[in-house]
Amino acid sequence: MFEQKKLIVSHAPFWHIGNRVTGRSYHTMLAALPAVLAGLVYFGVPVVGVVGLSVATAMLWELLINKVMKNPPTIGDGNAALIGLLLAMLLPATMPWWAVITGTFIAVVIGKQIFGGIGSNAFNPVALAVAIMMISWKDLFDFNGMLLNYDFNFAAAYPLTNAKHFGTASVASFNLGDLIMGRQIGAIGATFGLGLIIGGIYLMIRGIIRWEISLTFLAGVYVTALLFNIADPVRFAGPGFHVLTGYTLIGAFFLATDDSSSPVWFVPMLIYGAVGGIMTVLIRNIGAYIDGVILAILVINLISPLLDKIRPKALGKVF
Amino acid sequence: MLKKSFFGLVIPQFEYERLPAILPEPEKVAPSKTVTLFHERNSDQNPPTTIQVGDKVKTGQKISLFADNPAYVIASVTGTVSAISPHTGDFGKTYTAITIDIAKNETLDDQFKTQAQSPTLQNVLEYLATAPGNPPLKTLADSKNPIETIIITGVDGDLLTGTRQYITNTRLNDIKDGIRILKKISGIDRIILVTGRDSIQGFGHIGADVKSIDNTYPAALPPMIMKNVLEEVLPAGKTCPEMGVCFMSAEAVASIGRAYSKGRLPVRKILTLITKDGNQRLIETTIGTPIKDILGAYGVTINEEDRIVFGGPMTGSAVYSMDQPVLPDTDAILVLDRTRAAYTSDYPCINCGDCVRTCPAQIAVNMLVRFLEAGQYEQAADNYDLYSCIDCGLCSYVCVSKIPIFQYIRLAKYELDRAKTAEATDV
Repeated sequence: MFEQKKLIVSHAPFWHIGNRVTGRSYHTMLAALPAVLAGLVYFGVPVVGVVGLSVATAMLWELLINKVMKNPPTIGDGNAALIGLLLAMLLPATMPWWAVITGTFIAVVIGKQIFGGIGSNAFNPVALAVAIMMISWKDLFDFNGMLLNYDFNFAAAYPLTNAKHFGTASVASFNLGDLIMGRQIGAIGATFGLGLIIGGIYLMIRGIIRWEISLTFLAGVYVTALLFNIADPVRFAGPGFHVLTGYTLIGAFFLATDDSSSPVWFVPMLIYGAVGGIMTVLIRNIGAYIDGVILAILVINLISPLLDKIRPKALGKVF
Repeated sequence: MLKKSFFGLVIPQFEYERLPAILPEPEKVAPSKTVTLFHERNSDQNPPTTIQVGDKVKTGQKISLFADNPAYVIASVTGTVSAISPHTGDFGKTYTAITIDIAKNETLDDQFKTQAQSPTLQNVLEYLATAPGNPPLKTLADSKNPIETIIITGVDGDLLTGTRQYITNTRLNDIKDGIRILKKISGIDRIILVTGRDSIQGFGHIGADVKSIDNTYPAALPPMIMKNVLEEVLPAGKTCPEMGVCFMSAEAVASIGRAYSKGRLPVRKILTLITKDGNQRLIETTIGTPIKDILGAYGVTINEEDRIVFGGPMTGSAVYSMDQPVLPDTDAILVLDRTRAAYTSDYPCINCGDCVRTCPAQIAVNMLVRFLEAGQYEQAADNYDLYSCIDCGLCSYVCVSKIPIFQYIRLAKYELDRAKTAEATDV
């Protein structure tokens, strides 16, 4: 006969789909890898230093704050490493070491852990860190100045600076084919458009990022830039240029789609993405800053909880 | 288990079990030594008086433990009462467990035959409330919420289960008798039999409307049936009986029909046994048979930390003892190996929105779970549609943080219910 065995009692459901947070982080990092590798090809060995330092210190800050707050360590979920990687992708290859460490501190500690850790951050930690650094150390984000000592075999001018100060004629030399292949100067992981698009498509079909946000973000950029271009073709560059330069693609696929700071319902996601795209071009074309993606993302992060109030009526809801 | 698609963009969908056209007879499993019956009981009642350890009972005998409580169970075997002990079920439900040692020779009790020749609501209520399928006869007789529609579910609410479907396909005559009796005793004309989409033929003579529903989970749960078949959405916070709709399983109706045509109370339950390797078997067994007898009959080995679930994988409840008996409403027994069963975690919600996209009731689960985790049940009910939940469990299934959302929801509903009852009795 049977002897009494100890059974586990748990609650329904007894199945699970098997998706985990860790998997999401690693898939996102995998999707970001082509763009980082292209950065390595174009900007050389310093990229390894910046990326390595950024990922490592982001994880260390996370571990440190876990210890200080006496929480179980959460670096295993890969989110800190992802923050480090995405932050490095937004920096120029010659970023000094102290700035990288400060950046990861802002992202992990101020951007994420102070709000209560993963899932509680109101702003995208990476966008927040870059915004603070951009305002604090303007020179470090002047890509023309930072990449001065490089010898490129393509036009060595930051396209957005040209477009901002000298109008459409100055960007005529950048053809879209060069831009999409990463033959432009800029941040480590933001120049290789093709890689970012492939990564983005991968994340969208795996269901890790929400396609509604990315596509409407890009559509917002495209349409707004097109309208500006039609209104004044001499002052404002064309829509394709705006989509392929600066942080637009990395913003659309990797920053605006951050889980906790973006809406989850269908219509709010569309509005969220579109507003982000529109704001980006508004800041670029008539604002004070050269690239508007980071600030636009912070603005849409801010309105995201409000947008999520737009939702369908639940089943059987009477009022 | 559902295989995870590479394309995470697609919302995962479960198909209900579909039985083959020609069905084998269910395999019969007999209890080896004892059966245990669960008699309903309020926790503050006096010890039972009407029956003692050592009393002899006959098959089909009505056992009512408390003089002041109409609850009863029907003895499913002939034998001697060997133990009477309290038992606590899920969410604080209390029972008295009556264990009966089985005698060699079966004798039938003829009280039902002599006292209930023609069916009336009163004698159906008195003898068939714990028949296989657990007919909700109290709901039917409740004068506060008059019932206008009876829906007979010929499909199983949970996955992997084929019990009700089997009954609908093979015991049509009993169901037909049952429908006739139900119409006669309750005076309700609107009776609807709900079946799966591909098994709609052959019900012409049954005496009820036949409607079919989708094969995707959770289409067979009562609120979804109300929405899709009656085209009447269940308002949040209301129950089906309050809306005048009574759900009854096909097996319950068949039990009622069979009881009167055969003149004896049915005591055998059909159920689906799903073993660790995923094999499904239809089994016919006596109500009260301990699960160890059933598992023993099929040589299912149980290791430490395995799980045995009464009901299906999405909405069932795990039991803690191999002595747990088959109850009148046990449609399935699912055995899960420790390596296959899902564990939950205390990881926070990352707001990925998978639950929101999969929820059939369009609840903002991401917000709801934040309130539930903080124990703010009333805000959850007021602002985030707690009562719209149809209890399908899909949110917990897809949650990347493995939050036990479904359990939080059930707990919240239970706690709010308790608070409401306490308030009502305080006045």
